[in-house]
Order: sequence, then structure tokens, then C-alpha cells
Amino acid sequence: MSMLNMNFLLSVGVAAAVLPVRSFHATQASFGGGHSADQSPTAPKHAVRTKRPDIANPPKHELFNKILIANRGEIACRIMRTCKRLGIQTVAVHSEVDAQTLHVQLADEAYCVGPAPTNDSYRNATAIIDAVRQSGAQAVHPGYGFLSENNHFAAQLEQLGVTFIGPHSGAIDAMGDKIHSKILATEAKVNVIPGYNGVVKDADHAIKIAQEIGYPVMVKASGGGGGKGMRVAWNDEEVREGFKLSAAEAASSFGDDRLFVEKFIDNPRHIEIQVLGDNHGNVVYLNERECSIQRRNQKVIEEAPSSFIDPETRAKMGQQAVMLAKAVKYNSAGTVEMMVDSKRNFYFLEMNTRLQVEHPITEYITGVDLVEQMIRSAANRPLSFTQADVKLNGWAFESRVYAEDPTRFLPSIGKLQTYAEPVDYTGQNLVRCDSGIVEGSNISIYYDPMICKLITYGPDRQSALQTMREALDSYVIRGVTHNIPILRDMIDHPRFISGDISTKFIQEEYPTGFAKRELKDLQLHHLLSTAAALKATELVDNVSFQSKVARQDVVSEVASGVEAQEYVVLLDGAPHRIILSSVEGMSQVEFEDGSKLAVSEDSEAPTNHIRVRHFIVEEPCEHEDEELVDETAAASEDVEFEDSHDHISDVVTIQNLGSIPGGFKIGYLGGVYDVVFLTPREYELSKLMPKKAKADTSMMVVSPMPGTVVTIAVAAGDSVVAGQEVAVVEAMKMQNSLRAQRTGKIKKVFVKPGQTLASEELIMEFEKE
Amino acid sequence: MLSRTLVSSAAVTRAAACTAAPVAAVKAAAAVSAGVSAPQQARSIATAASVARAAQEGRSIQERIAEKVTAAKLGGGQDRIDKQHKQGKLTARERLEVLLDPGSFREYDMFAEHNCTDFGMQKYTGDGVVTGHGRINGRLVYVFSQDFTVFGGSLSSAHAKKICKIMDKALLVGAPVIGLNDSGGARIQEGVESLAGYADIFQRNVDASGVIPQISVIMGPCAGGAVYSPAMTDFVFMVRDTSYMFVTGPDVVKTVTNETVTQEELGGAKTHTAKSGVAHRAFENDMEALQRLREFFDFLPLSNKDAAPVRATALVDPSRPVPALDTLIPSDSLQPYDMKEVIHKVVDFEHFFELMPDYAKNLIVGFARMNGRTVGIVANQPLEASGCLDINSSVKGARFVRFCDAFNIPIITFVDVPGFLPGTAQEYGGIIRHGAKLLYAYAEASVPKITVITRKAYGGAYDVMSSKHLRGDVNYAWPNAEIAVMGAKGAVSIIFRGQKDMAASEKEYIEKFSNPFPAAQRGFIDDIITPSTTRERIIEDLTVLDTKDYQGHKKKHGNIPL
Repeated sequence: MSMLNMNFLLSVGVAAAVLPVRSFHATQASFGGGHSADQSPTAPKHAVRTKRPDIANPPKHELFNKILIANRGEIACRIMRTCKRLGIQTVAVHSEVDAQTLHVQLADEAYCVGPAPTNDSYRNATAIIDAVRQSGAQAVHPGYGFLSENNHFAAQLEQLGVTFIGPHSGAIDAMGDKIHSKILATEAKVNVIPGYNGVVKDADHAIKIAQEIGYPVMVKASGGGGGKGMRVAWNDEEVREGFKLSAAEAASSFGDDRLFVEKFIDNPRHIEIQVLGDNHGNVVYLNERECSIQRRNQKVIEEAPSSFIDPETRAKMGQQAVMLAKAVKYNSAGTVEMMVDSKRNFYFLEMNTRLQVEHPITEYITGVDLVEQMIRSAANRPLSFTQADVKLNGWAFESRVYAEDPTRFLPSIGKLQTYAEPVDYTGQNLVRCDSGIVEGSNISIYYDPMICKLITYGPDRQSALQTMREALDSYVIRGVTHNIPILRDMIDHPRFISGDISTKFIQEEYPTGFAKRELKDLQLHHLLSTAAALKATELVDNVSFQSKVARQDVVSEVASGVEAQEYVVLLDGAPHRIILSSVEGMSQVEFEDGSKLAVSEDSEAPTNHIRVRHFIVEEPCEHEDEELVDETAAASEDVEFEDSHDHISDVVTIQNLGSIPGGFKIGYLGGVYDVVFLTPREYELSKLMPKKAKADTSMMVVSPMPGTVVTIAVAAGDSVVAGQEVAVVEAMKMQNSLRAQRTGKIKKVFVKPGQTLASEELIMEFEKE
Repeated sequence: MLSRTLVSSAAVTRAAACTAAPVAAVKAAAAVSAGVSAPQQARSIATAASVARAAQEGRSIQERIAEKVTAAKLGGGQDRIDKQHKQGKLTARERLEVLLDPGSFREYDMFAEHNCTDFGMQKYTGDGVVTGHGRINGRLVYVFSQDFTVFGGSLSSAHAKKICKIMDKALLVGAPVIGLNDSGGARIQEGVESLAGYADIFQRNVDASGVIPQISVIMGPCAGGAVYSPAMTDFVFMVRDTSYMFVTGPDVVKTVTNETVTQEELGGAKTHTAKSGVAHRAFENDMEALQRLREFFDFLPLSNKDAAPVRATALVDPSRPVPALDTLIPSDSLQPYDMKEVIHKVVDFEHFFELMPDYAKNLIVGFARMNGRTVGIVANQPLEASGCLDINSSVKGARFVRFCDAFNIPIITFVDVPGFLPGTAQEYGGIIRHGAKLLYAYAEASVPKITVITRKAYGGAYDVMSSKHLRGDVNYAWPNAEIAVMGAKGAVSIIFRGQKDMAASEKEYIEKFSNPFPAAQRGFIDDIITPSTTRERIIEDLTVLDTKDYQGHKKKHGNIPL
């Protein structure tokens, strides 16, 4: 008789009370509603939990009956939700590839306005106006981007007698042109940055201006916005390159290649004031948003209020913003962007005459639904509150979750194979996800790669930040590469926590992109021990067969634990020795340094997805009565818990992202780790396995992402030096310069400008030396 | 046997139930379980009687046993072991250590030696193969592992007898056989004895076929007659870069056909997983192959008298809806999609063990679990050749379906098939004969058969793919399904030949036939289901079909078109 399964403790003969933990009756499984609601993935996902504004709640019949939303994705969905709440019918427009997307499904009716490229669909004013006519919509909300700041479109609607939900076209006109807006701001006595208030003719002219103002300077597209068509230059050469790239980007994104140059303020913060006006000459400001965490001038994390702004500065900034808005008779929601230096001097940057991406954080701290207010203003109603009524309650953060590779900051595309947004189960609406996608949606090459705006709220900065941590930890995204790893790392950064940030934060702290979080000792132990708990469950499952074995009784006993076993745990290949044991769902892990951790599933923690697992990790207790006390304490405290006996209990959230041979892919603190469990013997034997070399790709230039070839700078036979630009690939509306990895001669170029590229597609090949 | 061991370890459970178990004891237990069994075995043999006899001889019997055991464990000696390691290969015994639960291996015939007296043949204890039984996650398995360090793993009469012995035992008790192959071929010095040995194994392979699962892992050379034993087992796995299989090697090929070809090109893992379809999966190295083999073994019943195993898992959620499936099928019916996504979303934990992933990719086959129970998945892959059936995919599917049927594994079929692949290559190659294999296999299968038509099901291929007419137990269609003799364009060009307004006729045809209603009205599909409910429905049906009992006509065996 064999010594079967020495590693597994089996609970035959143990008192019945300990058995049902893993009891399993395949033939009696209950169907149809047998499962608790909080486990169900159908729990409401996309609810935009805007607090209903206390300030105003107008009767619906005085607004519009039907509104067309000339946008896509999350902002279209977000606007529709307010419309629905106000009892207004919604009309969606969509491109051919967007026919099945969420914003189309949410709308009462939908119109296809052209093929996938935005110029043919979402920017196609003619087609959208046709849809307005056909649907009989009384007003159009443009969202942000696309036609939101296109005064021709607004004017065309005006002619039709259809209301544009946004400022009057004169205001768009005045503020849309950055050169003109600066002149206006100066006249309105708003602080402005020194610079050249005119159109730059060419690169040489730009260099001349730059030398006059003094470096560093910013080369900026006049019609641009959202960080596109902007380059910082520190010397003449960079001005020349920046001029070329910005002009090309501006031409393709805005159809306007005019550029201007201004003084670049070193180490600045980007803080913006939300304003709101009506047709009756009233304008109020709704406090500020701190948007300093940017990469290539694209905002990544925003918060409101700013930890840097004191009430006095806030009031001054707000008053200047209102002055500027009043100067152009501003009659909708708008944003005055300011640059703030370390001495709290602020300078007008530009005014965005539209709803901003990051507007939800303002909604959280003021309780105002900005979309509703825009609709009211457009319906000619006066503001129902004054500056004195505007509140500032609590703190809100927004993380922009992008489909992009954080290690190289490159956009990625693909299908969201698994997708579950974090959910706030406290019922206090502390988490808001503004997204326009569901599991199975595609992130396509044609549009902005933003997956979701994750917004969290709390009474103070620290608690809002903690909610953000938990939300990011339980956010499940598989199928596309995303930036949660770097988001999660940034919000744990000491500089971020202390509020010591500037627009150069990412550049300074992640100069070469984001490789991987360095785990501290406790974090490492948390990761290893929770992974070990998964392993223990797997070991138990592995031997829990229910099988009618021929000529034997039905075996229905299942294992309940794992006998102590030494493992070498390979964490991304690096070995760590542990001893793992487990009894009735409680795993114990002993580390090399002799420390021990006990891990058990946190049954209290609700979860938004089966892959998200919450564990209580604590030092194992020696006596049973203590255990009881500690469990109560751990349950009442959701963050770090420390009692007088130095007994630490943490709730650790990990994601089991799937199996790999011998282990798991585990998501922890935003990162993904390969954790493989080997017995010491297996580890010894695994060292005998040959290391197989990967194919050498340094002889090739491949497309790092899907996109379109803009320029090819070299031809076959050319000699290039390492670091030289060889091609420019446009993806997600950004131009990416590809540089030679080596010095050598080009053997063959495989693609032509204008050609579409797949990820990893071969662009050119070097000749062998 | 299993239950008795369960009871015996219950005491351990209670002991360790105290969470404050001292670490010293914990470590000791780990050390014991990691230890290799051979010395213990040797000790147990050295019982009182033999001790007495040995005392009269010069050397104690214990010493002699210990010597033999040491020799057996060294195989062909340390130099050859080192050489094996240098090639990136594990030894026969190391492989078994990884494959089997620690401490579970019980070796037979460790002391076997060959009887060859010609050519001054040296004797090696064990004679180049390690055989016995062990456990994989607690379940019984018989194993043999050829030792390349002894005469290049060549097959002698004694070597063959050892293999035959464990095969006989496996058949007797009803447990699978896993063979780890690493052998240069016949032991030429033994001549016809060696050939007889091969044939003895072949006969047992056939006797065991359909009775117990047989798995071969090729972990080194496997050439000549030796290939036919793996070929007759149910599954063949290979290790990349270190294993190859061929009937005649590159030298003979050069002489006979004047082709220059390397071993790797002729019979490496890539060749057999992508080109010939001989092997079912290839793995990166020995470790990975054996670890994945453990994973694979868990899907299989122990014998044909055993039901498809159900593995208890706490987290499995049988009624989980899968919303992603509702948007998975593109609105344009000409656009492909990845059927593997459908499979991953439907099965437990997205865990799908695919077989032959690189061969005839237009048909997907493999194992998964539904609510813990093993199921066989067969699915057309629209990403490859539009998911059509051709010679290779028919043969691939047929063999898999027959395995499932032989071993009581329910078959779940996902259908999106535009028909059989046309062309001279297919017709000359015998698509009629080969396509018939899949048809035959499905029609013959008496295990639960559940079919989901996700999009197209055209023509004869519709009939073949586990249709209602082949005694499908439950046949579903998704709302976009088109079940018809052919696509609208082709059909209209025949029905309305010569007429002018083809566009209108096509529209009429689409209205009539390009939807699931005609089939549903006739009961050829049981229900049109929302894709997101597919998982829940299949699990429900599997439970209902658990007691399915279909007995066909009594016969010796059918005559499948081969």
C-alpha cells in the first residue's frame, strides 16, 4: 500500500463541522439564482454616480426634449446619463466600427455618420448635421474633442435653429485661437506668460523668437489642445525638431499648422479653474483642479482641490478666470488653464471652451452636475446659484486608465478579454468609473486609447487616495496592455503623497518609462504569502476528485489542507524559499528569515470579479483566544492595523490573472508577477534545463505599436548611426519617432508612408556586418 | 485503496490542525516526503529471512542489495548522466520524480538484467528502463521511463518485458500508462529478441486501446519500429529541440530518396506538431513537459469504466453569465473571430488544454472543465481557413471524438463551419474518405453530445458537426446562426439561375434561411439561446445527461473508414 499523498491532509474522520467548507455536489448543483447577488458580475457597472446637485433641479419641460450627442465613448455615455435623468431623449452618432458600442446601446436612437477615421465620422460636421435634422434633436452636446471647439459647427447649428450646448461661437472663436486668447487675457488683466504673440513663420523664425525670450521655450500649435502639437525646446536644435513635429501633428490633428512660441516655465504646476456662465451675464468659478501629473502634456492623474493652493490664491485665480470669461460673455462650462510656479504666481495658459475630461472631480467636490448646468445654460436659463453657494467638500482624484504600455509609454490596442471595473460597495458613491466600454469591447487604432476615468472621493485627500489604491488593485483588465502599473506606483510615490508635484513629475521620476515596482520586504512577503495561499488552494483542488472509480466506492472526500512542504518560489525567476502549510483555508508561510505569515481569504471583502482576491495577512498567533480578538480587529479596520502587541494584520488584494506551468500570474500593486512554485528537488532539476536564446531582433526595426507610417527617413543602402530617427509612425494621433538601435547600413525598407502597420511589423532591416 | 489511505492520513490532519505546529517538525515532515523511495524499498526487502541467509555468505545480502540498488540508480554511470544533463535532458529517474507525487513511486524489476551473451555485452541492473506505478495528484498511474544512459535506452528483451509487465498490471486494475520514451531503438545485439519485444508492446498497446488511457512522451530519440508504440497510444507529447521521431533516419533517407534533411526537420517536435500531426503537443523542456503532463493527466478518467473526472473547486461559478459572448460575433458575417475566446469564456477558469494547436488549426480540440467535470471541446476556428473542414481537421477531430467516447467524456461542439474545403488537393487526397471519419466518429459516439452553433452551419459540414441528426443530445443556436445548405450568394445563383434581380432574390433567401428559425421550427436545434447564457445552459445539460445510457447494436467493432 502506497503512502499516498503525504502532502495532503484529508479530512476524513474529522468532525463534520469542519467538512462543509469544501463540500461539492456536482450532480445537485443549484441553477438559476442560487448565487448571491454580490458575487454576480452583472452588478451595475457603468452607473455614473454623480451626486444630484443640491443647488438646482429644474423642471424638465423647460429644457430640451431631445439632445444629440456628437461624440463617442465615455463622454457620450456620461452625457446621456444626465439627459436620461432629466427626462431628455438621447441621439447617438457613431462610426461604422462603433455600431455595437455602449454609447450606441445607451441612446434612444443612433445614426451612423461615416467610416472609422474621425475626420470621416465624428468630425464630419455635414454628416452629423444630417443626423440632427433626421432625428429632430433640438440641441447638440459635443462632449470634448472632435467638434466641441469648432465654431463653424456651432455656427452651422445656430443657423439651423438647433442649440449648441456650449459657449456661443464668438467665445469659441476668441479662445480657440491661442494667440488671440492671450491678447484678450492681457486686456482682461489676467496674468499671462511672456512670449511672442504672433504666428511663427518657420523653424528659423521660431529659433529667433526663442533666443529673444530665452530658453526653455514651448513650441505650441495655435489650434491645438490636449497636449497635442506641443514640444518643449531647450536649445536651437530642439526648437527645429519640435517645430517640425508639432507642425505635422497639428496639421493632422487640427488641420491647422500655425505655431507660436512662449516662455516655458520650469517646474510648473498645471492648475485649472472651472467656470460656468449663462446667457444672462452671470459667471461663477467652481474651484480648481490640479492636473500637474502629465506625460507629454497629456494629463494622467488629476485631483481637486489642489493641495498647493491656499484659499487666497484660489480666490484670486477664480476671480481672474471669471474676468476672462466675462470678457467674452462666456455662457457655458469652460476651463481656464493656469500655470502656477513654486511661489504660487499663476499665469493664464489657455481657456478650453468645453467640458473637460477631468470634470468629474469638480462634480465630486462641489456637488454640481456640470453637464446638467451646460444644458440649463443652453436652454437660456440663468444660473440658479451664486459664487457664495459654491462649496468645496472633500477631495477627489481621477486616474486616467489608458490602453498603453507603461514601460515604454506606447499605446496598445486589442480586445478587453476580461474587464471588470472596481465597484464601491459602501453605498457612499466613493468610486466612479466613467467609461464607454464593456468586457469584449475593442480598443481600436482609430480613437483615443483611454479605457476609463477612475474617480475616487473621500472626506480628505488621504482617504480619497486610499480608495484609489483599493480601486486600482481590484480593477481587472486583460487583453490590452494598460497603464495601471504606473498609476498604482505613482500614487504611492512619496512626492505624490506629500503633494510635491509639478508637470515634470513623470519626466523626473520615470525618465525612461516604468520598469517594474521594486517590492519592499513586507510587500514581497505579502505577495509570496498570498500567492502561496492560492497554491495551497490549488494543491487541495488538485487532489479533490469526485470520481466513480471502477470497482471502488465513490470517492467523495476532499482534501482540506496541505502538510508543511518546502518550496522554492520563483518570483519572475528569482528564487525565494518558503515553507507552506494549510489547514481549512488558513495557510501559513514561513520565510527564510524565520518570519511567518498566516493568510486567509477575507470573506468580508466584497469582490467585483472572481480573479480579484482579498486576503487577510497577519503574523500567526500562538493561542486560539488571541486569534478571535485579532479577527474582530482585522474586520473592523480595512487598512493597516497595528495593535499594542505589534501584531500587524493587513488586507492584501491580489489578482489571479491565470495559470502558468507550476504557478500563477499575479497582479499585485498594479504590477504583474510570474510566481512559480517548485519543490527543492524540482528547483534543482530545473537548473539543468537549457536556456533557449530568443531570436535576435536588433537587426530589424519593427513597429512598436499598431499605427500608420508617416515618414521614412532612410532608404536601402543608407548608413545610419545608433539613435538616428529612421521613421515616424503615427498611432492614436501621436507621432512616434523610431530611432536606429545600432549603427549600420540599411538593407531593405519594407513599408511606405501612409501604410498601416501591425504591432511588431517589420519596417526595415539592417545589413549584416 | 484510495479511501483506505485517506483514513490513514486522517490522524495527520488532526495533528496539523493546530496552527502552531512547531517548525522543526514541519521541516522534518517535508524532508521525509521529498526523499526518494528506493533506499526505503531496499530496507523493506531485507527482511529477517534474507538476513539469516546472507550472514552465511561472505558479503551480507544487504550489502549486495545496496550495491545493486546503487548501480540501478546510476543507470549507465555518472559520465553518461552528466552527458544527458548537458544535452538539457533529465535522466529517466529524475523525470519520474517530477512526474509523480513525491514519494509515490513504486518501482518494479529494478534488478532485471538482460540475457544476452553475444558481443561481450556488459550487464546493467535495470536494463535501460525504469518501470513501476505511482500517483499523480493522488490518482494511480503506471509508468515506464527509458534510460538513455544504458545502451542508449535501446530495447532488449528484458527491457520489453518490464514494460509489458506494467502494461498488464495497468489493464488489470484499470489505470493509465504513461511512457517516457528516450531510446535509440532496438538492441541490435539481441536481434530478433528485441523485435519480439517491440511486438509484445504493440499488442498490449492495442489491447489497452479504449480500455485505459495511454500517453507517450518523446523525450529523446524514438526511431524505427519504436515509433509505432507511441503511435498507437492516445496522446503523443514531445520536447522541443531534444526529441525526434521517424521511421527511417536522415542517412537512410539520403540513400533512398536523395533528400538531405536534418533530424530536427525530419522528425522534430515542430514537424510532428505542425506538419504530420503525429504529436499532440510540444513543450519547451523536460520540466515543462512533465509539469504540463500532470496537468493533462488530471483531465482523464483512469479507465473506460471510470466516469469523466469531476474536480472539486471552491470558486467555480456554474451560473455565471458571460456578457462578453453577446458581443463576440462580428456583425459582418464575413469577418472572422477567435473561437478560442468563446471556449475560454465558457469553460471553468478559462482553463483549456488544447491538443494539436499547430496542426489543422481550422478545428480546435482539447479538454476543459465545466463545473469541475472534464469535457472534450471540438470547435471550428473561423480565424483559420474560415473554419472549414478539410482532410487534416477531419482526422484530427475524429480521433479526439473517439477518445472522448471511449472514455466517457462528454463532447461539446462549437460550430461555425462554411462547409468542406473544395479543390483537387482535397478530392485527390481523399476528403470523402477522411471527412467520413469525423462523421463516423460523431455518429458512433454515445457520450453526452452538446452542440452550439455560433454562426454558420452550412451544408454537409453542418450534418457532420454533432448535429441533431447524429443523435446530438442538446443542440443550440446563437441568435446570429445561419443553418442552411449554403451561403446566400451561392444558393441564389443556383435557385434563380439566369434571373435578373439577384439582389432581391438574395435578400429573400437571407430572410428565409440565414437565421436559426428553419432549423428551430423543425426541432433540429432545441433552443435559440443568448450567448451569455451558454455556460450556464451547458452545465445544466451536463448534469441532466449524467445518467445518459445509450446502448448501440451489439457488434464486434464497426468499420470506420480508415
